[in-house]
Amino acid sequence: MGPRLRAFGAFWYDFVIGDDWVIAVGIVVGLVGTYLLNKAGVAAWWLLPLFVAILLPTSLWRATRGSKS
Amino acid sequence: MSAGAWALFIAVFLACAVEAVEATTIVLAAGTARDWRSALTGTGVALVALAVIVAVLGPAVQAIPLHALRLVVGALLLVFGLQWLRKAILRASGHKALHDEDRIYAEQLELARSRQAGSSPGRGGVSGLVRDWYSFTLSFKGVLLEGLEVVFIVLTFGTNQHDVGLAAIAAGCAVVLIAAIGVAIRAPLARVPENTLKFVVGIMLTAFGVLWGAEGAGAKWPGSDAALLVLIPAIALFAVGLVALSRRSGAPPRQPAAPPVPTGTGAH
Repeated sequence: MGPRLRAFGAFWYDFVIGDDWVIAVGIVVGLVGTYLLNKAGVAAWWLLPLFVAILLPTSLWRATRGSKS
Repeated sequence: MSAGAWALFIAVFLACAVEAVEATTIVLAAGTARDWRSALTGTGVALVALAVIVAVLGPAVQAIPLHALRLVVGALLLVFGLQWLRKAILRASGHKALHDEDRIYAEQLELARSRQAGSSPGRGGVSGLVRDWYSFTLSFKGVLLEGLEVVFIVLTFGTNQHDVGLAAIAAGCAVVLIAAIGVAIRAPLARVPENTLKFVVGIMLTAFGVLWGAEGAGAKWPGSDAALLVLIPAIALFAVGLVALSRRSGAPPRQPAAPPVPTGTGAH
């Protein structure tokens, strides 16, 4: 039961989170930020594009840093 | 068709084409190495199973409130889109080996042949449509898993844009086109520029993910859905710029199989 459960968890982690957990966590933070800005009455459409502009280079940098060393 | 409808059609078509390439590679390997009739029967049974799943899931997905659906689907598309873009950029800049359908096909072929000693077609299976259960199972699993992704793409994109019919047509066109190419050449789909496809799909998924995720979290886009017409080219330009930057930073010398081909042009 244990290994099967682990395999099941690993499948979903791989499916949803993928190679870099920073992307998934960053998106959740971006969505929460968008919700909070909107709640405060501030236009919030720009926040997710900003997060994409930060997350993608950060993730690439993390990947290439590993492959160079 | 409106610009939004074209964006929906192209996004669903390309995303489903990638899934179809993967499923076709598996069926081709099973049929070539073992038994075509069993491989095609497995494909047919998987398609029937998919039709049942669509009949059950379709109304269920459409019953979910649109706001909640946009938030969850937007978040998932953003994660998938950025992961695909990340991989495509790493491949295009030579930091990662290109996804090689030739190699995957050879591996599947070898695996299928290695099982032949134990259960050769006509001897190991039952008589009737399925003469070889290995080919049947391999094709069934491949088509069902990739097909489920196609169903997910059609239902989520279609529901969010209020046009499941158009999304289904786009998916059907992609699957029929790729399957026809597979049947015509009966060889690995190496000429399909998979990294280019994944690069474009990554851009589309990210753009739709940003649009729907932000809307699901309560934001209002200037121009509503027309914001896609700015988001898609902006993300594309940004990604192309990152490919150039990644190339300049230098790919590791240990990957001769991944020359800095511009976003994969089927050159593998």
